[in-house]
Amino acid sequence: MKVIEVGRAGTDANDRDADLLRRELKEKDLFLINLMSAAGSGKTTLLSRTITDLRGKASIGVMEADLASDVDAAAIEALGAASIQVHTGGCCHMDAVMTREALEAFDAGEARILFLENVGNLLCPAEYDTGAHLKVMILSLPEGDDKPLKYPLMFRESDALVITKMDAAPYFDFDLEAAKRRAKALNPKIEIFPVSAKTGEGMEAWENWLLTAWERWREDA
Amino acid sequence: MHELGVVTHVIRTLEEVAQENDVTKIGSVTLTVGEVSGIVTEQIIDCWNWFKKKTPLVCEAELKIEPVPAVTWCTACEQTYETVKYGKTCPHCGSKETYLLQGSEFAIKEIEAE
Ligand SMILES: Nc1nc2c(ncn2[C@@H]2O[C@H](COP(=O)(O)OP(=O)(O)OP(=O)(O)O)[C@@H](O)[C@H]2O)c(=O)[nH]1
Ligand SMILES: [Mg+2]
Ligand SMILES: [Zn+2]
Repeated sequence: MKVIEVGRAGTDANDRDADLLRRELKEKDLFLINLMSAAGSGKTTLLSRTITDLRGKASIGVMEADLASDVDAAAIEALGAASIQVHTGGCCHMDAVMTREALEAFDAGEARILFLENVGNLLCPAEYDTGAHLKVMILSLPEGDDKPLKYPLMFRESDALVITKMDAAPYFDFDLEAAKRRAKALNPKIEIFPVSAKTGEGMEAWENWLLTAWERWREDA
Repeated sequence: MHELGVVTHVIRTLEEVAQENDVTKIGSVTLTVGEVSGIVTEQIIDCWNWFKKKTPLVCEAELKIEPVPAVTWCTACEQTYETVKYGKTCPHCGSKETYLLQGSEFAIKEIEAE
Protein backbone atom coordinates (compact mmCIF):
# COMPACT_ATOMS: atom_id res chain seq x y z
CA MET A 1 0.00 0.00 0.00
CA LYS A 2 1.22 3.48 -0.82
CA VAL A 3 -0.12 6.72 0.57
CA ILE A 4 -1.31 9.36 -1.88
CA GLU A 5 -1.75 12.89 -0.57
CA VAL A 6 -5.07 14.20 -1.84
CA GLY A 7 -5.60 17.50 -0.03
CA ARG A 8 -8.84 18.37 -1.79
CA ALA A 9 -12.00 19.81 -0.36
CA GLY A 10 -14.87 17.38 0.03
CA THR A 11 -16.73 19.56 -2.47
CA ASP A 12 -14.02 19.46 -5.14
CA ALA A 13 -15.90 17.44 -7.79
CA ASN A 14 -18.98 19.61 -7.29
CA ASP A 15 -16.99 22.81 -7.80
CA ARG A 16 -15.96 21.66 -11.27
CA ASP A 17 -19.48 20.58 -12.23
CA ALA A 18 -20.68 23.99 -11.11
CA ASP A 19 -18.14 25.90 -13.23
CA LEU A 20 -19.15 23.92 -16.30
CA LEU A 21 -22.86 24.53 -15.69
CA ARG A 22 -22.22 28.25 -15.18
CA ARG A 23 -20.54 28.50 -18.60
CA GLU A 24 -23.30 26.52 -20.33
CA LEU A 25 -25.98 28.76 -18.84
CA LYS A 26 -24.10 31.81 -20.06
CA GLU A 27 -24.22 30.44 -23.60
CA LYS A 28 -27.98 29.99 -23.25
CA ASP A 29 -28.34 33.51 -21.84
CA LEU A 30 -29.86 32.21 -18.60
CA PHE A 31 -28.88 34.17 -15.49
CA LEU A 32 -29.08 31.88 -12.47
CA ILE A 33 -29.32 33.15 -8.90
CA ASN A 34 -28.94 30.92 -5.87
CA LEU A 35 -31.26 32.21 -3.15
CA MET A 36 -30.45 30.91 0.32
CA SER A 37 -31.85 31.41 3.80
CA ALA A 38 -33.13 29.65 6.88
CA ALA A 39 -36.56 27.99 6.61
CA GLY A 40 -39.38 30.49 6.60
CA SER A 41 -37.23 33.64 6.19
CA GLY A 42 -39.36 34.84 3.33
CA LYS A 43 -37.74 33.50 0.15
CA THR A 44 -40.98 32.70 -1.68
CA THR A 45 -42.60 35.95 -0.55
CA LEU A 46 -39.61 38.04 -1.70
CA LEU A 47 -39.59 36.28 -5.06
CA SER A 48 -43.34 36.73 -5.57
CA ARG A 49 -43.11 40.46 -4.93
CA THR A 50 -39.99 40.84 -7.10
CA ILE A 51 -41.65 38.99 -10.00
CA THR A 52 -44.71 41.24 -9.81
CA ASP A 53 -42.72 44.49 -9.44
CA LEU A 54 -40.41 43.68 -12.36
CA ARG A 55 -43.12 42.64 -14.79
CA GLY A 56 -42.29 44.22 -18.14
CA LYS A 57 -38.63 44.75 -17.15
CA ALA A 58 -37.49 41.19 -16.58
CA SER A 59 -39.05 37.81 -17.00
CA ILE A 60 -38.26 35.65 -14.00
CA GLY A 61 -38.56 31.89 -13.50
CA VAL A 62 -38.18 30.02 -10.23
CA MET A 63 -36.90 26.58 -9.28
CA GLU A 64 -38.18 25.68 -5.84
CA ALA A 65 -36.05 23.15 -4.01
CA ASP A 66 -37.75 21.47 -1.11
CA LEU A 67 -37.33 18.27 0.83
CA ALA A 68 -40.75 17.03 -0.27
CA SER A 69 -43.64 19.50 -0.67
CA ASP A 70 -44.74 21.65 -3.63
CA VAL A 71 -46.62 24.59 -2.14
CA ASP A 72 -43.88 27.08 -3.10
CA ALA A 73 -43.99 26.26 -6.82
CA ALA A 74 -47.78 26.60 -6.76
CA ALA A 75 -47.45 30.09 -5.24
CA ILE A 76 -45.09 31.21 -8.02
CA GLU A 77 -47.23 29.68 -10.76
CA ALA A 78 -50.24 31.56 -9.44
CA LEU A 79 -48.39 34.75 -10.50
CA GLY A 80 -48.11 33.44 -14.04
CA ALA A 81 -44.36 32.89 -13.80
CA ALA A 82 -42.54 29.72 -14.87
CA SER A 83 -41.71 27.47 -11.95
CA ILE A 84 -40.67 23.95 -11.15
CA GLN A 85 -40.61 22.07 -7.87
CA VAL A 86 -37.41 20.15 -7.23
CA HIS A 87 -37.51 17.46 -4.59
CA THR A 88 -34.12 16.93 -3.04
CA GLY A 89 -35.03 13.47 -1.76
CA GLY A 90 -34.14 14.28 1.81
CA CYS A 91 -30.90 16.09 0.97
CA CYS A 92 -30.62 19.44 2.76
CA HIS A 93 -28.89 21.42 0.00
CA MET A 94 -28.79 21.67 -3.79
CA ASP A 95 -25.56 20.80 -5.61
CA ALA A 96 -24.52 21.33 -9.22
CA VAL A 97 -25.69 17.93 -10.44
CA MET A 98 -29.12 18.38 -8.88
CA THR A 99 -29.37 21.89 -10.33
CA ARG A 100 -28.47 20.61 -13.79
CA GLU A 101 -31.15 17.93 -13.58
CA ALA A 102 -33.70 20.48 -12.44
CA LEU A 103 -32.80 22.80 -15.33
CA GLU A 104 -33.18 19.98 -17.82
CA ALA A 105 -36.70 19.29 -16.58
CA PHE A 106 -37.62 22.97 -16.42
CA ASP A 107 -39.55 24.71 -19.19
CA ALA A 108 -38.38 28.26 -18.49
CA GLY A 109 -40.27 29.74 -21.44
CA GLU A 110 -39.50 33.45 -21.81
CA ALA A 111 -37.70 33.67 -18.49
CA ARG A 112 -34.11 34.93 -18.65
CA ILE A 113 -33.52 35.32 -14.91
CA LEU A 114 -33.87 32.09 -12.97
CA PHE A 115 -33.95 31.94 -9.21
CA LEU A 116 -33.08 28.73 -7.43
CA GLU A 117 -34.85 28.81 -4.06
CA ASN A 118 -32.47 26.59 -2.13
CA VAL A 119 -33.50 24.37 0.78
CA GLY A 120 -34.23 26.43 3.91
CA ASN A 121 -31.00 26.08 5.90
CA LEU A 122 -28.07 28.44 6.56
CA LEU A 123 -25.35 25.79 6.71
CA CYS A 124 -24.68 23.44 3.82
CA PRO A 125 -26.23 25.41 0.92
CA ALA A 126 -23.30 27.81 1.47
CA GLU A 127 -20.80 25.02 0.85
CA TYR A 128 -22.24 23.68 -2.38
CA ASP A 129 -21.79 25.70 -5.54
CA THR A 130 -24.89 25.18 -7.70
CA GLY A 131 -23.46 26.78 -10.83
CA ALA A 132 -25.32 30.03 -10.15
CA HIS A 133 -23.92 33.37 -11.36
CA LEU A 134 -25.02 35.19 -8.24
CA LYS A 135 -25.61 34.19 -4.64
CA VAL A 136 -28.18 36.03 -2.58
CA MET A 137 -29.04 35.29 1.03
CA ILE A 138 -31.95 36.36 3.18
CA LEU A 139 -31.88 37.08 6.87
CA SER A 140 -35.27 37.85 8.33
CA LEU A 141 -35.51 40.26 11.20
CA PRO A 142 -36.99 37.80 13.75
CA GLU A 143 -33.94 35.54 13.34
CA GLY A 144 -31.72 38.07 15.10
CA ASP A 145 -28.74 40.29 14.30
CA ASP A 146 -26.21 37.73 15.58
CA LYS A 147 -26.60 35.34 12.64
CA PRO A 148 -23.42 36.51 10.85
CA LEU A 149 -21.49 35.32 13.88
CA LYS A 150 -23.18 31.92 13.84
CA TYR A 151 -23.16 31.20 10.12
CA PRO A 152 -20.11 33.06 8.79
CA LEU A 153 -19.69 31.00 5.61
CA MET A 154 -23.10 31.92 4.22
CA PHE A 155 -22.35 35.64 4.70
CA ARG A 156 -18.87 35.27 3.21
CA GLU A 157 -20.18 33.50 0.11
CA SER A 158 -23.10 35.77 -0.75
CA ASP A 159 -23.07 38.70 -3.17
CA ALA A 160 -26.09 40.28 -1.53
CA LEU A 161 -27.89 40.09 1.79
CA VAL A 162 -31.59 40.92 1.85
CA ILE A 163 -32.86 41.62 5.36
CA THR A 164 -36.58 40.88 5.21
CA LYS A 165 -39.63 41.48 7.40
CA MET A 166 -38.45 45.01 8.28
CA ASP A 167 -42.11 45.88 8.96
CA ALA A 168 -41.82 43.72 12.09
CA ALA A 169 -39.04 45.94 13.53
CA PRO A 170 -41.20 47.40 16.36
CA TYR A 171 -41.71 43.92 17.84
CA PHE A 172 -38.10 42.70 17.87
CA ASP A 173 -34.85 44.05 19.28
CA PHE A 174 -33.04 43.52 15.98
CA ASP A 175 -30.09 45.93 15.69
CA LEU A 176 -29.86 46.69 11.96
CA GLU A 177 -26.54 48.53 12.23
CA ALA A 178 -24.98 45.65 14.19
CA ALA A 179 -26.21 43.13 11.61
CA LYS A 180 -24.76 45.24 8.78
CA ARG A 181 -21.44 45.72 10.58
CA ARG A 182 -21.10 41.99 11.29
CA ALA A 183 -21.95 41.02 7.72
CA LYS A 184 -19.50 43.58 6.29
CA ALA A 185 -16.74 42.39 8.64
CA LEU A 186 -17.07 38.92 7.11
CA ASN A 187 -17.54 40.13 3.56
CA PRO A 188 -16.74 43.78 2.78
CA LYS A 189 -18.22 43.45 -0.74
CA ILE A 190 -21.66 42.20 0.33
CA GLU A 191 -24.55 44.47 -0.71
CA ILE A 192 -27.20 44.83 1.98
CA PHE A 193 -30.89 45.56 1.35
CA PRO A 194 -33.32 45.93 4.26
CA VAL A 195 -36.82 45.30 2.86
CA SER A 196 -40.35 44.38 3.70
CA ALA A 197 -42.01 42.22 1.09
CA LYS A 198 -45.26 43.05 2.84
CA THR A 199 -45.22 46.88 2.70
CA GLY A 200 -42.81 47.13 -0.23
CA GLU A 201 -40.33 49.19 1.80
CA GLY A 202 -36.81 48.93 0.34
CA MET A 203 -37.89 46.66 -2.53
CA GLU A 204 -36.88 49.12 -5.24
CA ALA A 205 -33.23 49.27 -4.17
CA TRP A 206 -33.02 45.48 -4.19
CA GLU A 207 -34.75 45.20 -7.57
CA ASN A 208 -32.58 47.90 -9.16
CA TRP A 209 -29.46 46.16 -7.92
CA LEU A 210 -30.73 42.88 -9.38
CA LEU A 211 -31.39 44.47 -12.78
CA THR A 212 -27.96 46.13 -12.79
CA ALA A 213 -26.22 42.87 -11.87
CA TRP A 214 -28.09 41.13 -14.69
CA GLU A 215 -27.14 43.82 -17.23
CA ARG A 216 -23.50 43.69 -16.19
CA TRP A 217 -23.50 39.92 -16.54
CA ARG A 218 -25.04 40.14 -20.01
CA GLU A 219 -22.37 42.59 -21.17
CA ASP A 220 -19.59 40.34 -19.87
CA ALA A 221 -18.19 38.30 -22.74
CA MET B 1 -29.56 13.81 5.44
CA HIS B 2 -26.59 16.02 4.64
CA GLU B 3 -24.02 13.20 4.80
CA LEU B 4 -25.68 11.38 1.90
CA GLY B 5 -24.79 14.11 -0.57
CA VAL B 6 -21.38 14.56 1.02
CA VAL B 7 -20.38 10.94 0.49
CA THR B 8 -21.39 10.94 -3.17
CA HIS B 9 -19.14 13.97 -3.75
CA VAL B 10 -16.24 12.38 -1.91
CA ILE B 11 -16.51 9.23 -4.00
CA ARG B 12 -16.62 11.20 -7.24
CA THR B 13 -13.52 13.14 -6.22
CA LEU B 14 -11.79 9.85 -5.32
CA GLU B 15 -12.59 8.47 -8.77
CA GLU B 16 -10.78 11.43 -10.30
CA VAL B 17 -7.80 11.06 -7.96
CA ALA B 18 -7.61 7.34 -8.78
CA GLN B 19 -7.56 8.01 -12.49
CA GLU B 20 -4.81 10.61 -12.16
CA ASN B 21 -2.68 8.21 -10.11
CA ASP B 22 -3.44 4.96 -11.96
CA VAL B 23 -5.09 3.45 -8.91
CA THR B 24 -7.77 0.77 -9.27
CA LYS B 25 -8.40 -0.13 -5.64
CA ILE B 26 -8.36 2.12 -2.61
CA GLY B 27 -7.50 0.58 0.78
CA SER B 28 -8.34 3.50 3.01
CA VAL B 29 -9.49 7.11 2.85
CA THR B 30 -8.66 9.74 5.45
CA LEU B 31 -11.02 12.68 5.83
CA THR B 32 -10.38 15.75 7.96
CA VAL B 33 -13.64 16.78 9.59
CA GLY B 34 -13.97 20.02 11.52
CA GLU B 35 -15.77 19.91 14.83
CA VAL B 36 -18.36 22.41 13.60
CA SER B 37 -18.38 21.40 9.91
CA GLY B 38 -21.93 20.17 10.35
CA ILE B 39 -20.84 16.65 9.51
CA VAL B 40 -21.78 13.92 11.96
CA THR B 41 -19.02 11.30 12.12
CA GLU B 42 -21.32 8.33 12.82
CA GLN B 43 -23.62 9.33 9.97
CA ILE B 44 -20.87 9.80 7.45
CA ILE B 45 -19.47 6.36 8.33
CA ASP B 46 -22.94 4.82 7.90
CA CYS B 47 -23.41 6.51 4.54
CA TRP B 48 -19.92 5.51 3.49
CA ASN B 49 -20.49 1.86 4.32
CA TRP B 50 -23.72 1.88 2.38
CA PHE B 51 -22.42 3.73 -0.71
CA LYS B 52 -19.03 2.09 -1.03
CA LYS B 53 -20.53 -1.28 -1.98
CA LYS B 54 -21.81 0.26 -5.19
CA THR B 55 -18.39 1.55 -6.27
CA PRO B 56 -15.71 -1.05 -7.10
CA LEU B 57 -12.89 1.46 -6.52
CA VAL B 58 -13.74 1.91 -2.83
CA CYS B 59 -15.80 -1.18 -2.02
CA GLU B 60 -13.17 -2.46 0.40
CA ALA B 61 -11.88 0.90 1.60
CA GLU B 62 -11.83 1.80 5.25
CA LEU B 63 -12.89 5.32 6.18
CA LYS B 64 -10.68 7.15 8.69
CA ILE B 65 -11.78 10.38 10.27
CA GLU B 66 -9.32 12.97 11.56
CA PRO B 67 -11.20 15.47 13.71
CA VAL B 68 -10.20 19.16 13.69
CA PRO B 69 -11.09 21.05 16.89
CA ALA B 70 -13.06 24.28 16.51
CA VAL B 71 -11.25 27.42 17.67
CA THR B 72 -12.73 30.92 17.82
CA TRP B 73 -10.88 34.26 17.71
CA CYS B 74 -12.04 37.21 19.77
CA THR B 75 -11.53 40.56 18.00
CA ALA B 76 -11.96 42.49 21.25
CA CYS B 77 -9.22 40.91 23.39
CA GLU B 78 -7.36 39.17 20.55
CA GLN B 79 -7.29 35.74 22.14
CA THR B 80 -8.55 32.32 21.04
CA TYR B 81 -10.85 29.89 22.82
CA GLU B 82 -12.69 26.57 22.33
CA THR B 83 -15.77 27.23 20.19
CA VAL B 84 -17.89 24.29 21.31
CA LYS B 85 -17.42 25.06 25.01
CA TYR B 86 -18.12 28.80 24.92
CA GLY B 87 -20.05 29.47 21.70
CA LYS B 88 -19.89 33.01 20.39
CA THR B 89 -19.22 34.74 23.72
CA CYS B 90 -15.53 35.14 24.57
CA PRO B 91 -14.74 33.51 27.97
CA HIS B 92 -11.82 35.94 28.49
CA CYS B 93 -13.63 39.26 28.09
CA GLY B 94 -17.31 38.56 27.37
CA SER B 95 -17.29 40.10 23.89
CA LYS B 96 -19.55 38.70 21.17
CA GLU B 97 -17.48 40.05 18.29
CA THR B 98 -15.86 36.69 17.67
CA TYR B 99 -15.07 34.63 14.58
CA LEU B 100 -14.36 31.01 13.88
CA LEU B 101 -10.68 30.39 13.04
CA GLN B 102 -10.82 26.66 12.33
CA GLY B 103 -13.22 23.78 12.71
CA SER B 104 -15.50 24.19 9.70
CA GLU B 105 -13.25 22.30 7.29
CA PHE B 106 -14.12 19.14 5.45
CA ALA B 107 -11.45 17.67 3.17
CA ILE B 108 -10.04 14.49 1.74
CA LYS B 109 -6.55 14.33 3.24
CA GLU B 110 -5.05 11.16 1.78
CA ILE B 111 -5.74 7.68 0.48
CA GLU B 112 -3.90 4.39 0.72
CA ALA B 113 -3.84 2.42 -2.51
CA GLU B 114 -2.35 -0.71 -4.06
N1 LIG C 1 -44.47 40.68 8.15
C1 LIG C 1 -43.84 40.10 7.14
N2 LIG C 1 -43.99 38.77 6.92
C2 LIG C 1 -43.33 38.20 5.90
C3 LIG C 1 -42.46 38.93 5.04
N3 LIG C 1 -41.94 38.09 4.13
C4 LIG C 1 -42.46 36.87 4.42
N4 LIG C 1 -43.29 36.93 5.47
C5 LIG C 1 -44.05 35.81 6.06
O1 LIG C 1 -43.14 34.83 6.54
C6 LIG C 1 -43.68 33.52 6.34
C7 LIG C 1 -42.69 32.65 5.55
O2 LIG C 1 -42.49 33.21 4.27
P1 LIG C 1 -42.05 32.36 3.01
O3 LIG C 1 -41.89 33.32 1.88
O4 LIG C 1 -42.93 31.19 2.81
O5 LIG C 1 -40.63 31.86 3.49
P2 LIG C 1 -39.64 30.81 2.76
O6 LIG C 1 -38.27 31.23 3.10
O7 LIG C 1 -39.98 30.69 1.33
O8 LIG C 1 -40.01 29.47 3.53
P3 LIG C 1 -39.54 27.97 3.17
O9 LIG C 1 -39.59 27.82 1.67
O10 LIG C 1 -40.55 27.11 3.88
O11 LIG C 1 -38.17 27.83 3.75
C8 LIG C 1 -45.00 33.71 5.63
O12 LIG C 1 -46.04 33.65 6.58
C9 LIG C 1 -44.90 35.11 5.02
O13 LIG C 1 -46.15 35.74 4.89
C10 LIG C 1 -42.33 40.36 5.29
O14 LIG C 1 -41.57 41.09 4.63
N5 LIG C 1 -43.03 40.88 6.36
MG1 LIG D 1 -40.36 28.98 0.20
ZN1 LIG E 1 -12.34 38.48 24.25
